[in-house]
Amino acid sequence: MRHLLSTAELSYGEAVQILDTADQMAAVSSRSVKKLPALRGRTVVNLFFEDSTRTRISFETAAKRLSADVINFSAKGSSVSKGESLKDTAQTLMAMSADAVVIRHASSGAPQQLADSGWIDAAVVNAGDGKHAHPTQALLDAMTLRQVRSRRTGTPTTGMDLDGMHVVVVGDVLHSRVARSNVWLLTALGARVTLVAPPTLLPVAMDDWPCEVSYDLDAVLAEAPDAVMMLRLQRERMNAAFFPSEAEYTRGWGLTSQRVQRLEALGAPTVFMHPGPMNRGLEISSEAADSERSTVLEQVSNGVSVRMAVLFQLLSGDESTPYPSEN
Amino acid sequence: MSVPEHAEQAPGSTVSRVILSTSDIDRALSRIAHEILESNKGSENLVLLGIARRGFPLAQRLAARLEQIDPDFTARAATGQLDITMYRDDLRRHPARTPQPTLIPDSGIDGRTVVLVDDVLCSGRTIRAALDALVDVGRPRAVRLAVLVDRGHRELPIRADHVGKNLPTSSQEKVRVLLRETDPDTRAEGHEDCVVIDAPVASDPDVARDAEAAGEGTSR
Amino acid sequence: MSSYLISSARPEGGEPADILVTDGVIASVGAPGTLEAPEGTETVDAAGAVALPGLVDMHTHLREPGHEDAETVETGTRAAAKGGFTAVFAMANSHPVADTAGVVEQVWRLGRDAGWADVHPVGAVTVGLEGTQLSELRAMAESRASVRMFSDDGKCVHDPLLMRRALEYVKSFGGIIAQHAQEPRLTQDAQMNEGTVSADLGLTGWPAVAEEAIIARDVLLTQHVDSRLHVCHVSTAGSVEIVRWAKERGVVVTAEVTPHHLLLTDELVRTFDPVYKVNPPLRTDEDVRALRRAVAEGVIDVVGTDHAPHPAEDKECEWSCAAHGMTGLETALAVVQQTLVDTGLMGWERVAQIMSHRPAEILGLSDQGQKLEPGAPANIVLWNPEGSTTVDPASHVSKGRNSPYRGMNLPGAVRATFYRGHPVVLDGELTTPLAR
Repeated sequence: MRHLLSTAELSYGEAVQILDTADQMAAVSSRSVKKLPALRGRTVVNLFFEDSTRTRISFETAAKRLSADVINFSAKGSSVSKGESLKDTAQTLMAMSADAVVIRHASSGAPQQLADSGWIDAAVVNAGDGKHAHPTQALLDAMTLRQVRSRRTGTPTTGMDLDGMHVVVVGDVLHSRVARSNVWLLTALGARVTLVAPPTLLPVAMDDWPCEVSYDLDAVLAEAPDAVMMLRLQRERMNAAFFPSEAEYTRGWGLTSQRVQRLEALGAPTVFMHPGPMNRGLEISSEAADSERSTVLEQVSNGVSVRMAVLFQLLSGDESTPYPSEN
Repeated sequence: MSVPEHAEQAPGSTVSRVILSTSDIDRALSRIAHEILESNKGSENLVLLGIARRGFPLAQRLAARLEQIDPDFTARAATGQLDITMYRDDLRRHPARTPQPTLIPDSGIDGRTVVLVDDVLCSGRTIRAALDALVDVGRPRAVRLAVLVDRGHRELPIRADHVGKNLPTSSQEKVRVLLRETDPDTRAEGHEDCVVIDAPVASDPDVARDAEAAGEGTSR
Repeated sequence: MSSYLISSARPEGGEPADILVTDGVIASVGAPGTLEAPEGTETVDAAGAVALPGLVDMHTHLREPGHEDAETVETGTRAAAKGGFTAVFAMANSHPVADTAGVVEQVWRLGRDAGWADVHPVGAVTVGLEGTQLSELRAMAESRASVRMFSDDGKCVHDPLLMRRALEYVKSFGGIIAQHAQEPRLTQDAQMNEGTVSADLGLTGWPAVAEEAIIARDVLLTQHVDSRLHVCHVSTAGSVEIVRWAKERGVVVTAEVTPHHLLLTDELVRTFDPVYKVNPPLRTDEDVRALRRAVAEGVIDVVGTDHAPHPAEDKECEWSCAAHGMTGLETALAVVQQTLVDTGLMGWERVAQIMSHRPAEILGLSDQGQKLEPGAPANIVLWNPEGSTTVDPASHVSKGRNSPYRGMNLPGAVRATFYRGHPVVLDGELTTPLAR
């Protein structure tokens, strides 16, 4: 693995390896010395063209726990507004000898361009690009789902996949990189994924997506899925006529307290996931967000572990040299 | 991953010899167990940490023997695993392995005598990494090293306190320890556990001579 | 002026013939070795080459005035000559916009001074391409540039009433409105064709219906006011069906397709390389096949390049902020050979039709797009259909390096281009411009 650009290009084996590594990273995060020397002397640049304090802090923590030097480069607006170009920014980073570039960008494909352009030879990690992909978010969701399964079955997470789990992703799929990345990763790991959204918030042609699609949240919840992942809804979408009003959206596609109560009555095992930040009262009710079923905080801490695993995988060695059997 | 990394290293064109049999290994472990008790003047405060992956089953076997010899010693409470992947000094050159869990006994290692257990001692770099890893876990009173095989070729000033077998080898050869716990599919026929030397089948006549000089090769 | 004997060329792919060019016109055409050449005639060996009438491009962006970093009339017409074109229509989206007689005359004069090919400025339909007020169309028509085609290309004349008025108004001087069919609301922030690829990539989709809805509206308007409509760069199978339907009903509509829409699909966008960003966007394989068939059947009348050079910085950036457009003049005939001739859809006489005769006819040109017969202006391209070349944009004479065919192997090569009897290209290389 040279770069991490999207989950569509991750093989089953690579995904499981990252998750297994992340589990060990999580163990380190619970010690008193929360630091590993693995990336000592390496430089990780957080190149954020779009504000996201949460994701940046998560990557920064991950890199620092592995002893890497971290440079935060906030380039918001500089490229799109015809200031410094992506190319010049990238070359500046190379001049700083970056070993890995973690890039967040409002334009779909910017990380892939950075990786393919020949402007830099650092490893590129996609920290969210436009509406395209957010692979570390999907990996942390998969890590959370493994933990959910492990708790339920009593088997350790190592080597585990999501075979047979039913995950429902609800909300603005059209504009969501989180939904895209999860569809590919979770299904590659064997989960059954159902997308639920109003038709206006789904792409018109999803023929090659390996998932089911429904407009009816209540019908899908009646199947007592293993997890419901609520996507963040941008309030601005209402102005572009994607839905008539917030109240109508919540009635149709929000995880309301009535829906939580119905799941309780069913005795469903369903956990509630959300990539954050949450719009309480819009896509998710406080009752759902604060319930025992919520995995939101687990997701946040898994984010650090997964990002540690990804940085470690990308920055250790190149696969052309096999391990010697030295001791 | 079902195939152990060590086994992957055995290329097709090598001659393999079994150097230690199951009973050789058993005897060596028993002897080491007695040595540990002797040098520690009993089992008090002992913690055995096996270095992942093959050091761990060896540590467990040693602990079981200690428990037999000294009923005050509780194997389960004093045995753990130490993963050193993140502390290696060659991470830039070699692909990442999936780290194994580090399992520390509940009572911790502070103020205790930690015996690091590994299968083969060679360059000493693994032990160097293990000492670093240990520092991040706690502060033992003393650290000892027990290995099943010492094959020389040291690159760091490190030596073992307890050695199962000293095995002089050429640098072209590979030493593989194959245990029932970690290598269910790749052990030599008729051996529950074994230590194997792989010598390259040499197109280079010098190496071929070396191999002959070391003893008659039996391919398996 | 000197004379040239083009020996053993195959006019429009037919039997080999010699063509004698004297004083800018074709003096005679005859079986090889039968023509009487005057003293000092230079012989151009054209054995194996197809002779086509000089190509006419209804759709070129020469960028001058205003965007000389992207292209100039000089460099753009050099690229045209190199690609076998002897006449190009320069779109109006320059800076200032070609919406007055002054600007169109300037472009026309720059073309004449350059001497590589005829340059016919296209006038803007609306002032500043703003879509609100008609430009002085008649003044441009009566200028020295004699503008006959009007287009807001790059933008759609989306106001139906304004479109109706423009169609009506140009009737008074035999003009034609060339529509860039793109419903603006349906393509807000659009980045690529809307379909499975846009769904995967999370790029805002550009639905086929946004093009088709405008074409459908415009053919109905054209019929209602009894005018003429030209549809620029048709890119979808649905558009083809609407044009076919309109033609069957007797609407005077002509349609154009670009070489890139005959060859490339939106799958290329998966690379996120902005060289594939173009307006209208690359569509699906199904659309490509429908467009090829439509050209073969005559539903689509002409191939126009939509040559759109851009400076490197407008393409070496994120997809969403990259400029739309691809260069095309120097690769058009090769792509046409690959997609229409080598596929068996048409012969060279049809190629002459779609790339020369028909565009000249639509635009009323009498000195371009004529049959290769005695008395016709000597606008001739000698095309060697054998062999193939790997496209290297760095070798192009256009300033634009944004060729989507970079690294692809395309068939054939221009051996020579005669522009009004003067060889502006010989042995595949530019020579000298036509002196006037």
